[in-house]
Amino acid sequence: MAINKEVVMSKTIKILGTGCPKCQSLTGVVKDVVSENNIDATIEKVEDIMEIMKYNVMTTPALVIDDVITIKGRVPSKDEVLALLN
Amino acid sequence: MFDWLQHFADWLIYSVFGIGADTHLGIALNFFVFDTLKILILLFFIVFIMGIVNAYFPIERLKDYLNKKKLYGLEYFFASIFGAITPFCSCSSVPLFIGFVQGGIPLGVTFAFLITSPLVNEVAVAMFLGMFGVKATLIYALSGILLGSLGGWLLGKLNLEHLLSDWVKEILENKMQQAEFQGEKRSFRDRLPEITRGAWDIVKGVLLYVIIGIAIGAAMHGYAPENFFNQYLGGGQWWTVPLAVLVAVPMYANAAGIVPVIQVFVAKGVPLGTAIAFMMATVGLSIPEATLLKKVMSLKLIAIFFGIVTLCIILSGYLFNLIL
Repeated sequence: MAINKEVVMSKTIKILGTGCPKCQSLTGVVKDVVSENNIDATIEKVEDIMEIMKYNVMTTPALVIDDVITIKGRVPSKDEVLALLN
Repeated sequence: MFDWLQHFADWLIYSVFGIGADTHLGIALNFFVFDTLKILILLFFIVFIMGIVNAYFPIERLKDYLNKKKLYGLEYFFASIFGAITPFCSCSSVPLFIGFVQGGIPLGVTFAFLITSPLVNEVAVAMFLGMFGVKATLIYALSGILLGSLGGWLLGKLNLEHLLSDWVKEILENKMQQAEFQGEKRSFRDRLPEITRGAWDIVKGVLLYVIIGIAIGAAMHGYAPENFFNQYLGGGQWWTVPLAVLVAVPMYANAAGIVPVIQVFVAKGVPLGTAIAFMMATVGLSIPEATLLKKVMSLKLIAIFFGIVTLCIILSGYLFNLIL
């Protein structure tokens, strides 16, 4: 998997959240950052609570980049998301 | 502390707009301007302070504390306090619930957290402080914490684990592997802008409710006659507290919108204890919360949970009316 990632350089971004306003605003921020910076990434929204619990987060929304939880329980700024993606 | 704001409201309404201080409209508008600004200032500061507290005590740390320390029965009380200082978003209630029980925290202690978290939240505290003053706010917050401890303890005694949803029981039995979490390693300076922004976001989010709530409150303040509610709700009839609580339980009102209205009720003759009980039932329990919890527990457990909390709120309403 790791080698594959380096070749393709495509990132998998997952947004965990049950659809509350904060989760939607996190999705907006991530989408903006990805499109504004032409980042090669797939964005997936995980809304099923059972799926979310597999990541062991206690506060939503959470941002998962390549299976690593980077943000939880808050909405980051665009700059922060960009830094996390680079 | 807010004298300058009152002078500003007086100046704006009576001098700039030229609406007389003895007219209903003048009184209502003055009340509206003063209260809206005061509330927004308080709200921002309290949410901001809570943001700082939270940056240092993230929920994971609180959970570990509950899990590792021997607290000799005080764990209900601590869980309840943690619930009060943690910002609550109703959509986080399920992940929090699972995270707690999965981390080995007893169901009753988890309930103590779950009861207090929406009950004593930063918006409710700021609104209470703005509309009722320090003493009433302390009573509200402390009784909310005690109520959460008591409710959690009672629920814990009932051994209700078998009423959790099947998939939750499964989680409890086989611990799942945990995804890696990169801890926050940033300095306070780095986090400050984000905490400020977060506080501002919350204020923006409730702004509309504050304005609507205060507008209704201001209208009632200016137009409803003194002691208007006294004849219906203020006479100390035994059924007023349960009625207020039962009406409030299914309601899903934002604390920001409900407090200004309650304040007018109190000003016009409703006992403060009845009002606090009403407020607790409104923010503490709601149909949307029950819907969310449906995913982790059976209807029966939700009914027991709501029933016990409702009972505790009604009892504390009587208690407030006795001592206040």
